[in-house]
Amino acid sequence: MKTMDLQELEKRFQEKIDKEIKIEPNDWMPDEYRKTLIRQISQHAHSEIVGMLPEGNWITRAPNLRRKAVLLAKVQDEAGHGLYLYSSVETLGADREATIDDLHSGKAKYSSIFNYPAVTWADIGTIGWLVDGAAIMNQVALCRCSYGPYARGMVKICKEESFHQRQGFESLVTLCNGTPTQKAMAQDAMNRFWWPALMMFGPSDDESPNSAQSMKWKIKRFSNDELRQSFVDATVPQAEILGLTIPDPNLKWNEETGHYDFSPINWDEFWQVVNGNGPCNKERIEARTKAKEEGMWVREAAMAYAEKRALKKTA
Amino acid sequence: MSNREWPLWEVFIRSKQGLNHKHVGSLRAPDATLALENARDVYTRRSEGISIWVVESNYVHASDPSDADSLFEPSDTKVYRHPTFYEVPDGIKHM
Ligand SMILES: [Fe+2]
Ligand SMILES: [Fe+2]
Repeated sequence: MKTMDLQELEKRFQEKIDKEIKIEPNDWMPDEYRKTLIRQISQHAHSEIVGMLPEGNWITRAPNLRRKAVLLAKVQDEAGHGLYLYSSVETLGADREATIDDLHSGKAKYSSIFNYPAVTWADIGTIGWLVDGAAIMNQVALCRCSYGPYARGMVKICKEESFHQRQGFESLVTLCNGTPTQKAMAQDAMNRFWWPALMMFGPSDDESPNSAQSMKWKIKRFSNDELRQSFVDATVPQAEILGLTIPDPNLKWNEETGHYDFSPINWDEFWQVVNGNGPCNKERIEARTKAKEEGMWVREAAMAYAEKRALKKTA
Repeated sequence: MSNREWPLWEVFIRSKQGLNHKHVGSLRAPDATLALENARDVYTRRSEGISIWVVESNYVHASDPSDADSLFEPSDTKVYRHPTFYEVPDGIKHM
């Protein structure tokens, strides 16, 4: 009897999904759907927040006031993105602080790209162009996610992201039209960020076992490999305009498929970084943990003050 | 880690004079003053609004989605509540 009910609920749920009806927080949903979303949205939120670290590091060293104001605005946006996403994860009944503690304990992941350091100013332009570019490719697809709060958050985020990529590209145009040293700096950044940017789309389709279910639930609309290919196709002409060489000897336009072919990805490196052994994993988590621990007294003081004032009001 | 979390607030924004406040999302803040300030920073970085309301989420009462049929279905069948239900003779204009 009970299992029949569950089957019926699941059937109706899938019918809604198939009819493109959004799922809202109080609607019935399968446990696995909820869990998948909590995992995905909280990891997305963590990525926005951790992503502020490599760029935030350059705010005080931006080459001029315009670039500094732009970088500040971009990093502030990323904080906003993290907040929209933590709010949407809360609509699923998840405890926001628990998801953050999972990040700090290493239980929860975030985008592996942020475990690479930003060592030169050209890295900042490259991050905007390639990293935000790849994130946009992913996030545009997520605007049509079946879960309402996530989809709405993505729409807002995508509107804000478009300047992130442009400002990065603009900064690289300047470097690439600059001195040979500046151009070489841009090429060096490209060499280091190209492959990690491609890894941002996640493992190959045949290596991501949960993908099929996510596609069926319309959490995902395109597979990892499809999105990666779209990114490569969109980015190669941009690199040509910059006059930068993509560090892949096998990158070649394929007349037959209408796409660029590219070399296989070094998945060993990807898994190394995902599993905590990238160049900056330790540093990133330490910075986040420290921010929470050392900022805790502010949170507590603000709460104590609010409670005291509320008491005074009722007295 | 903290014994008590900041409460959750729902944020409503009036995008321009003459329009309703519309729900845009939520955030956590210790009190209404900081909820308004945080809402300003989180939800109006690009001139999205000229006025903000914040309401502690605890005070929002929502209808149950499983009641949706019984609540809203009755109005679906009352087509005579719409002007298009009525036929008017050809010569009549502006009614
Ligand atoms: Fe972002
Ligand atoms: Fe961004």
